[in-house]
Amino acid sequence: MKYLAEFRDGQTARSLLTEIKAITTRPWTIMEVCGGQTHAIIKSGINQLLPAEITLVHGPGCPVCVTPLEFIDKAIYLAGRPNTILTTFGDMLRVPGSSESLLSRQSEGADVRMVYSVLDAIRLARENPDKEIIFFAIGFETTAPGNGTALIQAKRLNLTNFSMLTCHVLVPPALRALLSGETGRVDGYLAAGHVCTITGLTDYKTLCHDFKVPIVVTGLEPVDILEGILHTIRQLEDGRANLENCYTRLVSDEGNLHAQTTLREVFKVCDRNWRGMGTIPESGLSIAEPFKQWNAEIKFDLSHISAEESGECIAGLILQGLKKPSQCLSFATDCTPQKPMGATMVSGEGACGAYYKYSRFLQSTTTT
Amino acid sequence: MTIQLSHGSGGKLSADLTRDLLLPRFANAALNQLEDQAVLSMPPGKIAFSTDSFVVSPLFFPGGDIGELAVNGTVNDIAMSGAKPLYLSLGLILEAGLAIATLERVLDSIARAAKTAGVTIVTGDTKVVERGNCDKLFINTSGIGVIQAGIELGVKNIRPGDKIIISGTIGDHGITILNQRNKLGDNISLKSDTAPLNGLIQTMLETTRGIHTLRDPTRGGLAMTLNEFSQGAGVGIELWEENLPITSQVAASCELLGIDPLYVANEGKLVAIVAPDGADSILQTMRQHKYGKNATIIGEVVPDHPAIVTIQTSLGGKRIVDMPVAEQLPRIC
Repeated sequence: MKYLAEFRDGQTARSLLTEIKAITTRPWTIMEVCGGQTHAIIKSGINQLLPAEITLVHGPGCPVCVTPLEFIDKAIYLAGRPNTILTTFGDMLRVPGSSESLLSRQSEGADVRMVYSVLDAIRLARENPDKEIIFFAIGFETTAPGNGTALIQAKRLNLTNFSMLTCHVLVPPALRALLSGETGRVDGYLAAGHVCTITGLTDYKTLCHDFKVPIVVTGLEPVDILEGILHTIRQLEDGRANLENCYTRLVSDEGNLHAQTTLREVFKVCDRNWRGMGTIPESGLSIAEPFKQWNAEIKFDLSHISAEESGECIAGLILQGLKKPSQCLSFATDCTPQKPMGATMVSGEGACGAYYKYSRFLQSTTTT
Repeated sequence: MTIQLSHGSGGKLSADLTRDLLLPRFANAALNQLEDQAVLSMPPGKIAFSTDSFVVSPLFFPGGDIGELAVNGTVNDIAMSGAKPLYLSLGLILEAGLAIATLERVLDSIARAAKTAGVTIVTGDTKVVERGNCDKLFINTSGIGVIQAGIELGVKNIRPGDKIIISGTIGDHGITILNQRNKLGDNISLKSDTAPLNGLIQTMLETTRGIHTLRDPTRGGLAMTLNEFSQGAGVGIELWEENLPITSQVAASCELLGIDPLYVANEGKLVAIVAPDGADSILQTMRQHKYGKNATIIGEVVPDHPAIVTIQTSLGGKRIVDMPVAEQLPRIC
C-alpha cells in the first residue's frame, strides 16, 4: 500500500492543516489547475477543513471538459460510419455533443468501445483488418506521448485501417491566457503534478517570472495537495513568487525527455479552441505532416461538422475559476449526471461532477 | 460433446439430459417424482420467497463460478429476511454449442453449493437457445425459506443511533470479475467472496439480540444498499472511511482503474443494522464465524440529513455517498 495509504494518512493531513492555519494571516485565493486535484479536494473534504481565509478555485485541468463540442460531434459522426469501431477513454463516453453522446450512439448500435490505452485500439486494428479503427485522442501533455507512440507504431506496422481524431491540449498556454486576463484575482497556483512529469518545469518558471505569482507543482493525493497549499501560502505570506516543486517523487526539472521527443516527432503545436473558453494561441497539438495518413480529420472528410456552444451552460466560467458549480442556477436541477448540460458535470475530473457527487446536499461546502 | 437445440425440445435428448446430468447430482424425494411441480411440506412460519438470474461472464473465476453464485445469491436473498432457506428451483438457459463438460462442471458446482448451504433443488427447467441468442449459459434460481416466529427484520426497524456492521472486506467479487474480463493482470491474488450466509445469519439470530435489518450489498455495492436503507427508513447514515475493511489488492486495483470500492459488487457479505447496545456482542459473534471474521462497525444511523448517506473522510471532512448513477467508467489520467 506504499504510495496509497501514506498520502491519505489522516494524521499527516491534520498536522499539515494545523501548520497552514498557523501561518495564514490574510485572505488568499489559490487555484488548483488539475481536475484530478479538484476531485481529491472535494472527496477528502479539504475544502471544509482549510482556514476560512483560504479560498480554493477550480482550474481548467479537465481534458474531457475542455474538448470542444465540435470534436465530440466529429467523434459521434465517425462512430456512425459503417464498418467502424470508435475507441476512446471511458470518461469521454457520457459527454454531451450537440444532440447526443457517444454512449447514446452506442446504445443505438454504433460500435463504440472504451479502452484503457491507445495500444488496445492498435490491437483492435490488427485483429480487425477489414474494419476502420478510430481512436478519439484527448488529454493534456500526460496522455499525448502515449497516443503519439501509437502513431509511431501504426506507421511502423503500416496499419492502414487505424486513425486518430486528435484534440490534445497544453497546460502552460492556458495558464498564460488565464493569467493575462487576471487582475490579481488568484494569488497562487497549484500546478498539475502529472502534467509536469512530462513537461518538466521550464514553462512554469517563465510563468512565475512573467506574472509574479507563486506556482507550486503539486501531486494528486490529499497530503500532496495540503503540502502544495502550505508552500503556496508560505510564499504568499512572505511576498515571494517562485516556482516550487512539491512533487519531487515524480517530477524532475527537465521532465520526461523521451516523451518530449515523441511529442516533437508526432505532433505540431497549433491554436486550439477550448470548450467554454475560446481559442487559445499555440495551446494544442495536432498530428504532424509525416503522420497525416493516420489523421482521422484528413482521412475522413469532417469539414462539414461545426457546432455552436449553448449559452445556458456556464462551464467556461467554472473552468476559469470565475464561478463555482454551486453558483450555477442549473446545478443539480436542470443539469445532472443523468442529463448533463456540459462536460464538467459528467467527466471524472469535472468540477460540477465532483460537487454533485460529493457535496450537493452539504450546505457548508456548496456555499463556499 | 456439445449441447444441441433438441436438448431443450422436450424429447428424448431432454429426457437424457435430465436422467444423465441432473438427477444424479440433485436427487431428492421431491425432484425424483419428475412431476411438473415439486410438492413440499413446510415447517410452520412465514415463508420468504426470492428469485434471481445469473448471467456472469466469465462462467468460471477465481473463488467461484456461475453455479455457486446462482445458489448462494438466492440463498442469501432469502436468508437476509431471517428465514432458513429450504428449497430452490433451477432454471437453465443454454446456448447451443455449449460444451457438455462445461455444463457438467457448473452442475457439479451447483450441487456442491446447495449441499454446503443446506438447501435442496426440488424443481427445474432447461431451455436451449440458438447460438448467439445467449452467452453460453444463464441460470435462474428461485427459492423459499421459513421464518421462525418472533423474527421480524426490515427497514422499518432502523432507528437513529443504530450501528452499521459489514461482515467483511468490500469489493472482492466485482474487482475479481472486472480483472478477469479485461485481463488486467494475473499477478494479483484477487478472489470472489461468493459464500452462503444463511449459517452466519442463523448464528447471529440465535445468539444475539438487537438485529434490526440485514441486506447483502451485491450489485451497486455497499453504497447502493446503504442508500436504500437511508431512503427506505427516512434516516441519515454516516460512514467512517477509516473503518471500511478493504484488501490492499482491491484498494490498489480500484485506484488504478478509477473505481470507488463502495460501488463494487459483493457476493458473500452482509450489512447489518443493529441496536447500539447490541452492536458489540453481534460483532463478536460474527467474528467467530468463518464468513464474518473481518466484520467491522463502519458507521451509524443519524437523525440529520434524512435519506442521505455521508462518509467521514480520514482527513476529517465529509462527503456524500450517492446512489450509483451509471456503470462506473474509468477516468482518463
